[in-house]
Amino acid sequence: MSTLAERAVARTPNRLALRLGNLSDKAIAWLFITPSVLLLLAINIFPLLWTIQLSFTNYRANRPNAVLRYVGLDNYRDILTDPEIWHAMQATAHFVLWSIAMELVLGFGLALLINRRFRGHSFWTTIILLPMMLSPAVVGNFWTFLLQPQIGLFNNAIAVLTGVDPSSFQMIGDVRLAPWSIIMVDAWMWTPYVMLICLAGLRSIPDYIYEAAEVDRASPWRQFWSITLPMVMPFLMLAILFRAIENFKMFDMVNLLTSGGPGSTTEVASITLKREAFEKWRTGYSSALAIILFVTVFGAANIYVKALNRVKQR
Amino acid sequence: MIQTVRALGVTAVVVASCLGGQAAAQTKQLTLCWAAWDPANALVELSKDFTAKTGIQMKYEFVPWTSYADRFLNELNSKGKLCDLIIGDSQWIGGAAENGHYVKLNDFFAKEKISMDDFMPATVVGYSQWPKNTANYWALPAMGDAIGWTYRKDWFARPEIQAEFRKKYERDLAPPQTWDELKQIAEFFQGREIDGKKVYGAYIYTERGSEGITMGVTNALYDWGFQYDNPKKPYQMEGFVNSPDAVKGLEFYKSLYKCCTAPGMSNAYMSEGLDAFKSGQVAMQMNFFAFFPGLYKDPNVGGDKIGFFVNPKQKYHFTQLGGQGISVVSYAEHRDDALSYIKWFAQPDVQKKWWALGGYSCHKAVLGDPSFPKSAPFAADFLKSMDIVKDFWAEPAYASLLLDMQKRVHDYVVADKGTAKEALDLLVKDWQKVFKDEGKI
Repeated sequence: MSTLAERAVARTPNRLALRLGNLSDKAIAWLFITPSVLLLLAINIFPLLWTIQLSFTNYRANRPNAVLRYVGLDNYRDILTDPEIWHAMQATAHFVLWSIAMELVLGFGLALLINRRFRGHSFWTTIILLPMMLSPAVVGNFWTFLLQPQIGLFNNAIAVLTGVDPSSFQMIGDVRLAPWSIIMVDAWMWTPYVMLICLAGLRSIPDYIYEAAEVDRASPWRQFWSITLPMVMPFLMLAILFRAIENFKMFDMVNLLTSGGPGSTTEVASITLKREAFEKWRTGYSSALAIILFVTVFGAANIYVKALNRVKQR
Repeated sequence: MIQTVRALGVTAVVVASCLGGQAAAQTKQLTLCWAAWDPANALVELSKDFTAKTGIQMKYEFVPWTSYADRFLNELNSKGKLCDLIIGDSQWIGGAAENGHYVKLNDFFAKEKISMDDFMPATVVGYSQWPKNTANYWALPAMGDAIGWTYRKDWFARPEIQAEFRKKYERDLAPPQTWDELKQIAEFFQGREIDGKKVYGAYIYTERGSEGITMGVTNALYDWGFQYDNPKKPYQMEGFVNSPDAVKGLEFYKSLYKCCTAPGMSNAYMSEGLDAFKSGQVAMQMNFFAFFPGLYKDPNVGGDKIGFFVNPKQKYHFTQLGGQGISVVSYAEHRDDALSYIKWFAQPDVQKKWWALGGYSCHKAVLGDPSFPKSAPFAADFLKSMDIVKDFWAEPAYASLLLDMQKRVHDYVVADKGTAKEALDLLVKDWQKVFKDEGKI
């Protein structure tokens, strides 16, 4: 007499085989991917299509009972001819370009340093990685205190180094310095991330290439330009892609640091979008803005990925 | 034996059902939504009486001021059931009424004999009525508030400071009556060393993200002659919002920000003002009356060290209205219980206790009491202020109007962008666009 467990083991494959036996491989494949496809349709594709539809209307989510009117391309025209939107796009471009440049230079430099495997390098790697493990909200909040002109550590450190009065300048309240403040904080937080990617690139270069270069009496500078940089390039480009997409939609940290101010100096596109969508409740207009931003990022990322593939093939 | 078991079973069922019923009565609960600040704590204390009287438990959803509007307007717009009762900002009343978020209270007031004549007129117009000045009530005036000022009475009283001020300005150093006097005093204190510490002249609102700089600048704008629109022709803003007097008012606010505030105050609202004053950094502070009981109790700067004054005048004399009414949310699941809370809250005795605990009652039984002006050091100034209040737009599109003003004023005052005239001209254009979209012009 067999036990219940034995009977279950004996029967289960037969049942499964019986049920799946009549299905083709293609059908089984569909069976497995259908839940994922449905989920994707529900949470990505449907909202996207709905957003596209709303972008041609005057819809306001806070007035669901108001008459819905199709306005054609009016929302798109209004956005593209609005100097405030162009200002927000410029602020975004400034932030994205300079933060990435800074993170790239510092991240690559740190990766080169850490790659030397000096004594205690693991400890320093952990220390360097700490900022990227923090929440952007936390980073935004504590940098607000660090940059406070009277009590902030940053101003006091500058005062010690330069001898100026710490309260004689303000980083996030000054039109000229505020954009650089958010770039600096972003670089502080995300340079370790770029460093990690670069480090992976550096460690993927086989040692024999350097050994061959040394046999050929290539100088360290020559080795860097001819071996290190070209072989790390795909990793650098990947880091640029990831950071560009992230920073293009950066919201939380900027919102906490400056709220887009002073005035609208640091009002990046995501802050404008949030204000239009959830403060002014111009849902149709903000849908159009969201679509424009989406197309911009998607288009730029596609072109970039093609360039990245060309670099990889070299 | 079987009979005994049956009897025990029946008894158990009866006892369990009785206990269950009691538990159900005990778990009756109302959720009240408001901002997280001192008066909210007073309301928690006050509402214990309501629970004791009715058995209805109170639950609270308090949100910091900077995200208060975002959080609760989202809740209302999405027809959320979180709040049974909401103490919503005065400017929300138009949108909340027209979009059906608040229960209209006229019939309830008539049934329960709650008369709006028992409340201070400015608070009824500001917190309860929509359209304004009509007998359509959507809230009970709950928390009277307006902008006022605190000053360091102990610094003002020092003989050496008095003497120096008299020598420089040929008058006594006293709480300012006009904005010009306020600026002189602020300039006098700016950068001065007191007790070995560098202090600054004045604290004023400059916050960009929510409503801060608008709630601050309007105090000066109103006094110079800024008006939201033509009193004879609603929504005609050209020449009123950007009148030469309004331009002067805006220029003045900027000059006060530049000359006499502490460094780093480029994005500061209520809590930053409290911090600045409590840490002994500023001589004068603009803030809402709601905070004054707490400041008066502060061990470092309260008591004899603090004084209060009404927003100064210039060509006219106004102050920005704060405060809120309490409303029943249309989507509330416990509407009857919420209405019973309003009925309880409207009673004169409850209103008296509300004031005693640190809330600002709007009831005439409290404010009209002869002893009221002397009931707290700031009570007389509060009464005077409530007579001269003026509020921001309370239109359904108030959020758009507010964001436009935040941007234009912050651009000019803090970011040095353009002139005051240009800022107000652009504001008129922004507001015209909003009202055009609304179909009002």
